[in-house]
Amino acid sequence: MVFTGTVDLNTVASVTLAHNRSDLAALSPTVAPFAGGSALYGEPQHHLTGLVDLMTFGWPSLTVTDDGLEIAATCTLVELSKLQNQPGWQAHHAFYECCTYLLGSFKVWNVATVGGNICASLPAGPMTSLTSALEGVALIWRADGSDERMPVADFVTGNKSNALHPGDVLRSITIPQGSLESRVATRKIALSPLGRSGLVLLGRLAPDGAFVLTVTAGTVRPVQLRYPELPTDEALHDDVLAIDEWFTDPHGAADWRRTVSTVLAAEIRNELAS
Amino acid sequence: MTFTVNGSPLEATPRAGQVLRTFLRDHEHFEVKKGCDTGDCGACSVLVDETPVHSCVFPAYRAEGREVTTVAGLGTPENLSPVQQHFVDAAGFQCGFCTAGMVVTASTLVGHDVDDLPRMLKGNLCRCTGYRSVRDALAGTTNVVATSLPDDVSSDANPDNGPDSRSDTGQRGSTENAPGTDRRGGGAPGHSHTHAHGGTAVLERPLPTSTGIRSVGRSQKAPAGARIVSGREPYTLDIAVPGLLHLVVLRSPHAHARIVSIDTAAAEALPGVAAVFTHTDVPKTLFSTARHENRTDDPDDTLILDDVVRFTGQRVAFVVAESMAIAEEACRLLDVQYDVLPANFDPAKAQAPGILPLHADKNATTSRIANPATNLVAEMRGEYGSIADGLAAADVTVTGTWQTQRISANALETHGTIGWIDDDGRLILRTSSQVPFLVRKELSRVLDLDPERIRVYSARVGGGFGGKQEIQTEDVVALAVLKTGRPVQYEMTRTDELTVVPCRHPMTTTVTLGATSDGRLTALDLTVLSDTGAYGNHGPGTMFHACGESISIYNSPNKRVNAECVYTNNMPSGAFRGYGLGQVIFAVESAMDDLALRLGIDPFELRRINAVRADDPLVVTHVEGSDLSFAGSYGLDQCFDLAQSALVRGNGVLAPTGPEWKVGEGVAAAMIATIPPRGHFADASVTLGLDGSYTLNVGTAEFGNGTTTVHSQIAAEALGTSPELLRIHQSDTDVVPYDTGAFGSAGTVVAGRAVYAAATALALKLAEAAAALTGVAAGEWMLEPTGLRAGTLFVALTEVAAAGASVAPAHAALANTELAADPELTDVTVIETVEGAAFARPVADGITAEGTHAGDHRSIAFNVQAFRVAVNTDTGEVRILQSIQAADAGFVMNPEQCRGQIEGGVAQGIGTSMYEEIIVSDTGEVTTSVLRSYHLPQMADVPPTEIFFTDTADDLGPYGAKSMSESPFNPVAAALANAIRRAIGVRPYELPLSRDRIWRLLQPAETTHVPARIEPAD
Repeated sequence: MVFTGTVDLNTVASVTLAHNRSDLAALSPTVAPFAGGSALYGEPQHHLTGLVDLMTFGWPSLTVTDDGLEIAATCTLVELSKLQNQPGWQAHHAFYECCTYLLGSFKVWNVATVGGNICASLPAGPMTSLTSALEGVALIWRADGSDERMPVADFVTGNKSNALHPGDVLRSITIPQGSLESRVATRKIALSPLGRSGLVLLGRLAPDGAFVLTVTAGTVRPVQLRYPELPTDEALHDDVLAIDEWFTDPHGAADWRRTVSTVLAAEIRNELAS
Repeated sequence: MTFTVNGSPLEATPRAGQVLRTFLRDHEHFEVKKGCDTGDCGACSVLVDETPVHSCVFPAYRAEGREVTTVAGLGTPENLSPVQQHFVDAAGFQCGFCTAGMVVTASTLVGHDVDDLPRMLKGNLCRCTGYRSVRDALAGTTNVVATSLPDDVSSDANPDNGPDSRSDTGQRGSTENAPGTDRRGGGAPGHSHTHAHGGTAVLERPLPTSTGIRSVGRSQKAPAGARIVSGREPYTLDIAVPGLLHLVVLRSPHAHARIVSIDTAAAEALPGVAAVFTHTDVPKTLFSTARHENRTDDPDDTLILDDVVRFTGQRVAFVVAESMAIAEEACRLLDVQYDVLPANFDPAKAQAPGILPLHADKNATTSRIANPATNLVAEMRGEYGSIADGLAAADVTVTGTWQTQRISANALETHGTIGWIDDDGRLILRTSSQVPFLVRKELSRVLDLDPERIRVYSARVGGGFGGKQEIQTEDVVALAVLKTGRPVQYEMTRTDELTVVPCRHPMTTTVTLGATSDGRLTALDLTVLSDTGAYGNHGPGTMFHACGESISIYNSPNKRVNAECVYTNNMPSGAFRGYGLGQVIFAVESAMDDLALRLGIDPFELRRINAVRADDPLVVTHVEGSDLSFAGSYGLDQCFDLAQSALVRGNGVLAPTGPEWKVGEGVAAAMIATIPPRGHFADASVTLGLDGSYTLNVGTAEFGNGTTTVHSQIAAEALGTSPELLRIHQSDTDVVPYDTGAFGSAGTVVAGRAVYAAATALALKLAEAAAALTGVAAGEWMLEPTGLRAGTLFVALTEVAAAGASVAPAHAALANTELAADPELTDVTVIETVEGAAFARPVADGITAEGTHAGDHRSIAFNVQAFRVAVNTDTGEVRILQSIQAADAGFVMNPEQCRGQIEGGVAQGIGTSMYEEIIVSDTGEVTTSVLRSYHLPQMADVPPTEIFFTDTADDLGPYGAKSMSESPFNPVAAALANAIRRAIGVRPYELPLSRDRIWRLLQPAETTHVPARIEPAD
């Protein structure tokens, strides 16, 4: 280690305020995009020489359409947490709940963004949990000018890794109407009451009866168990135990995460069954 | 760019990657504190257009055109905002370093937020208070007396226990030492010098005061309160120094390596670099970063920069430059070649053949290392009676091995020093230290400088807990200043605090107890292995302390100790609240609980049966020396009764419903000597100035422990005035001749006695001066806040001070010949105290008295902690339903502050017991390097604790007080473990008692054998 900790990002010599997609040409392996900054500025970034500020795009944060909800990558957590409920949105409560699953305080909600949280791609990122559980689709602006869409559950590929390459930007996440109309139950557990999540599980019971359990925070990327209808306790329990991507870090041991996931999954199942 | 700060426009351009926190501080908005720089602790909170943000992760350029409000913009010391006033009234802070951010955050809360405080405040960490007083502040509760001036006294007979002082345990008065409420036996001892227990009078001469003003024993507010809550109190680095250079340290990526070469050419050539230091540029004098009264307490095994690095993160070199950015860049340009050496991280293997000794190059005698060839720093072996006989005589035996973890003291203010050369050519160091005098003494030795040529002082210190009983920043700043001739600042980061600043010593402790069937101990056998890490700072001291009061608390005819402290290539361990005791008490008190279970005896009762009594000798492996005694204030019996009755009474908090929740109760006891052994010395002085006001000079540092408040109370009590009328100068090698320092819980019982002596001598001298002025005998005069009164006669303090000045030697030419002939005024008035003395005399600026105290004789304090917990057997979650601590503090000098000290100790105990853990990878790198992964207790984590004080008064401490700083921490982990054991039926042996560990205790082996990947901390 050269020296430990960070204060300012002293290797950053310039910040580009992005207004047009062409401004993203400034991006490179040493020039990174960012939105709220709470994650970026909270860690050493000695490899960076420049930044591109995405907030200046001025993207509308939340757009409700007939097909669902479009969340700009630059939508802050505080905006998401205060989004008005819409008729038929049974999943609405999950927005606020997942904001509370962020380790950061409500003051961090004022600046941290949905896109930033997903792009950090930490296992405990609650926006990854939320949007993957709601079958959110990420819109990626590729460096070559093309657009690409993929499920958030596929966008996050591992601990701090995702589908973005240098020059790419996450533009938005679209939540399908069917997910918003689903019944959703969320559970979080950490090693302390409000600590960094060791597990975040969301269950979604679709209007057509299909059930999806999304396991995050205990696995390095979202893991989804899909059922055409609500499974039995036993089946769900066994399927959760069969997940093989548990990990150990200071926020929980793998064996604990695995077994406690069965407890949370059962609670979710029972909540949605009633 | 232009923006406004607290209403004033500011035009300046931040650097591209700069955050708002440093930008504001660059413009002397020092009220914005640095806590973590990762958006976790909240000390830097500010409002941007009325929206609260963590300014450490807020890009500075985004402030353009916006209104920034800091804590200083919310109110002034003279005109506090309502929220600020609430923090003062509630005593909602200790060191106060987190308070700026706490107040800013609180200012944004609206009605319904009050129901959600744990979440709203989770981004504001306080290491001192345990949050009860913060919750009180947010609820508008008043916990301090408004003033101690006479009107207040006459109109408010019981100001400490008004209805508003109810703690949120709902137990009115039970947290106070109110006469006639929960203090057992007779009322609180008064402030006369004959103690309730018939202890000897502390002073040989009576106090000539009598105004009815009473300062000690009341919840006086901290003198700095209004400044702290409004951001005006300057901490170590809160001063603007023109021409300041910045220092950055290059740290080792290897856990053990020899430095082959360091090429500094590129770094030195970088514009803006003032100096580069490597091991070839520093003195070859070995020292220890740990500081004690006797420097030989710690091994001399450290160099400022060494050519061998022994842990990951050890200093390799440092750069001094015009800016942090340049210094960082220069560090990146240093080309270091290492010869990597084998490293050992397991203390159990440290002495094994084939393990490379870390300090084989040291001389055992001159460095004071027990055996450098086997990594053995220190050992303690001894037997009292015969363990074999004791075990043979036992009807039952219990045994177990307990493990404690690495913990970071983690004061909110990181270590930091600013140094410069003053106009007289002296080296000045303004540092965040608990021990400025000891720092000066050791730097003088290492740098070969006359101590008179060094001044070391501390402003208010933003938390310490033992972590600042260390030289961590002063040595490198001193070298940099001396080489460059310019002012230099070195500020450690939060990651430094978590990865290289010494942590609590992890200890492996095996305890075997033998007892008769009626519960009497026949044998107490203790084996301790302490991991001091790469350096031995505080290693011997914590090991000996760990094996002291932890076992002398119980009578056993047979005791044995085998303790070892060893080097490993882990980060160094050091001093932290409790100083080893907590680790071993965790084991001993767990074993006592096992014994109670085995015997079927109530755990309180088993402890009562075996507890050392007031007339018993104190035995570790031999009878302790005569410097240690109960001094007439034995309170363990009361602690047991108070804690047990509170537990029996309950608090109405129910366990969650469901078969998975199991409930248990646990208790643990702790004993501690009130002063460190082998000497602790303090000087203090009090001066009546020509303006008729008093100035109190003390050597000891204020880091939130509240000693400044207590010292002002003591002085005010002796002088018949009010604490808020005193000016205080402290923790400065220029202010008093000497003070060992603020550690070992000595602030009240040693420095407080020096203050007591000085103020008492001054009071006598003032009466004598009044006599000299009037002819009315000194014994007739009573002190009042503005003068002395004898019947209808009144002499103003200004008049007395002027009389003193007129006869002072410096004013010989102007001497008032009439007064100069009066020995009552001119002679030095001497008072002798137990282990101290004071001398009062006229001086050029009035009349002054200097007091001194040697803490040679030590008393003993007790703490008993009890918990009722519910444990979720499915998840391992532990909920504390009731937390109780009974504390034997002697006479309680300041009930609110003392309560705060205990609550803070319990909170750190809960953090240690349940959450905190420095995790080291198998290559020796600390992975828990930020507060996201090292979990400091949040408000949500700390339940209210019911505090009960014993009715005791000590013969040694001022007014009968005993120390109460470190000790509340010590019984917490064991009490919690015992409660969990009784809830789930399985004994935990390892800290922290984290949810995953508790859960694992209940699992069949196949459940816990999961192929797991290990991910880095984040």
